[in-house]
Amino acid sequence: MATLTMAKALNDGLRAAMERDPKVIIMGEDVGKLGGVFRITDGLQKDFGEQRVLDTPLSESGIIGTAVGLAIRGFRPVCEIQFDGFVFPGFDQIVSQLAKVHYRSQGKVTMPVVVRIPFGGGIGAVEHHSESPESLFAHVAGLKVVACSNPSDAYWMIQQAVANDDPVIFFEPKRRYWEKAEVDPGAEPPPLFSSRVLRTGSSVTVASYGPLVRTCLDAATAAVADGVDLEVIDLRSLSPLDLDPVFDSVRRTGRLVVVSEAPSESSVTAEVAARVQQECFYSLEAPVLRVTGFDTPYPPSKCEDDYLPDLDRVLDAVDRALAW
Amino acid sequence: MSQPQAWNPADPRSRPSREQVLAGLRGTDAGGPELVQLLTPEGERLSDRRFDPYAEDVDTAALQALYRDMVLVRRADREANALQRQGQLGIWVPLLGQEAAQIGAGRALAPQDMAFPSYREHGVAWCRGVDPTDLLGIFRGTDNGSWDPIATRFNLYTIVIGNQCLNAAGYAMGQRFEGKVGDAETAEATMCFFGDGATSQGDVHEGFVWAAAYDAPVVFYCQNNQWAISVPLERQTRVPLYERAQGYGFPGIRVDGNDVLACLAVSRWALEECRTGNGPVLIEAFTYRMDAHTTSDDPSRYRLADELELWKLKDPIERVRVNLVREHHVGQSYFDDVAAESDELAARLREFCFAMPDPAPDRMFSEVYAEPSPLVEDQRAEFLAYHASFADGPLAGSSTGQGV
Repeated sequence: MATLTMAKALNDGLRAAMERDPKVIIMGEDVGKLGGVFRITDGLQKDFGEQRVLDTPLSESGIIGTAVGLAIRGFRPVCEIQFDGFVFPGFDQIVSQLAKVHYRSQGKVTMPVVVRIPFGGGIGAVEHHSESPESLFAHVAGLKVVACSNPSDAYWMIQQAVANDDPVIFFEPKRRYWEKAEVDPGAEPPPLFSSRVLRTGSSVTVASYGPLVRTCLDAATAAVADGVDLEVIDLRSLSPLDLDPVFDSVRRTGRLVVVSEAPSESSVTAEVAARVQQECFYSLEAPVLRVTGFDTPYPPSKCEDDYLPDLDRVLDAVDRALAW
Repeated sequence: MSQPQAWNPADPRSRPSREQVLAGLRGTDAGGPELVQLLTPEGERLSDRRFDPYAEDVDTAALQALYRDMVLVRRADREANALQRQGQLGIWVPLLGQEAAQIGAGRALAPQDMAFPSYREHGVAWCRGVDPTDLLGIFRGTDNGSWDPIATRFNLYTIVIGNQCLNAAGYAMGQRFEGKVGDAETAEATMCFFGDGATSQGDVHEGFVWAAAYDAPVVFYCQNNQWAISVPLERQTRVPLYERAQGYGFPGIRVDGNDVLACLAVSRWALEECRTGNGPVLIEAFTYRMDAHTTSDDPSRYRLADELELWKLKDPIERVRVNLVREHHVGQSYFDDVAAESDELAARLREFCFAMPDPAPDRMFSEVYAEPSPLVEDQRAEFLAYHASFADGPLAGSSTGQGV
């Protein structure tokens, strides 16, 4: 048992994955000597060499496109995209090749590639450094999409993603990189593509993922004073969604608030709302409400505190659900 | 109207006159003085100090084999084109005119090498042991590629233009990481096929950058067939394409893409460079797309018939036939035998196409993931239950083989 930041937990998880399988290689911009701009790969090139931790050319389509070729060759590349808003030059290779090679080849070629993307806002950054593009990937058949929210999950989920034979888009909440929690390397982790109930409650179900899970837990703590008992679920896997725990919860609470930094339209939160109304129609006491970023481009950072869902906006939605 | 003189359409730096543009003269059969050629269009064997060593083992039997390859893939191509016209294929992508470029490169590959095609490389497929019947599913709509890309070392067709240049660079990086470069006997190389239009894609640029940065053993093999559907070469580049390699720091070379011997020799040289650690290499095979881009295309809307007539004089197969007759004294019975064999292949292709079963209706749900997705499996179950709900029984079109 150790108390680790999420950054260190990811670093430890990547190290364990590389020790386990010599075919695992890390590739990305500045991931070698520098250890990545967030230091997630710190020290790995020193220990595993330049052929297993590649400081690549500055070329996102190249990172994904060569990873596809390396995967055909039998490697298991873990790609780092430096910031969320920089993934789009690689989007073509992700959608056209990475997601489709297994289907196209009728299973003859697997694509065990992980694409790590630090995502989300709250760090006062310039344009393209604070986005939440996960819904774009969740919409693509052939990809799996996950988001970790805490150090323990980060440690286990990155190893499980590397071990998975399908392409996994792995979202890391960059503003939570330096928050600490206990990680137990001896524990038995839950399956990668599963959601988790982090707090049980009876009033309203709150489902979220990535950076806002912490916010929702804080909201639950704050709500106690008003006699409101929130159940908080970390979705963790955005594609495939593991909604059975959400359905079970909503059948008990009758109310659901879905929380995400991403814009609301055609999003993961929209998918959760649609599926819950389909499965839990007679249990719902209120419409499924969403607390999300707005349907604008991510704003200049002086506006981001107003753009990002916070504890008050989550509780406001909880109040509206209860008052319905 | 003045005759083209200083203008060499093979060199985009030279410009046609206004009259030439208005006359629609764009394509050319002239590859320029830098073109590597071992066999002239008239069938005369030229000597080339640099590349003769890479073709000196091509005796009569070997040249006959190259001739046979080209005749068979052309015959299969024409048959598939006809099958499309008869409604048996949804579309076909003709290779007509590019037989030498593809057979020369394909026969240069060693069994341990890997090839990444675009979607017109039926001749390379042939050389990798992929039967022409295996190509039909893509164009009939029964699959997206039926051969095993690992076993054949021939990747599935890539339809998004240029994507495969990065995939090939990555594969070649893997060959290097595994130490498969250096030893002439056991070393491996990768060959990546793309066209002149693809050279405008970012992925081709990035593929060149990555291959150079990692000394990847990859031969970038550009078949410059002069046309990207309706758009001529001059819209893609100001300089001859092979010259671009210089900017990336690796050699580029232009070969007569209608000369199978030159394509074989230059490809062998380039693959040797890669196997011994001197990759990457860019080859521009200067050729011509003698048919439409696909069966859905109509070249008469954008290019002159004269241009095709010009290229017919440079036919890749005819020059080998002439050479075999004149310099190797091959008799007519050989050519008759190859023609008969090609007709048998065409008949087999046709028969196979007619007998191809449609995929099972729920086939579309399979292999989306290596580890099945609960969402997709739920949808499959719903789909089957929906169809089972109809009183008249099983799903229409399931595995009956009654055509498209």
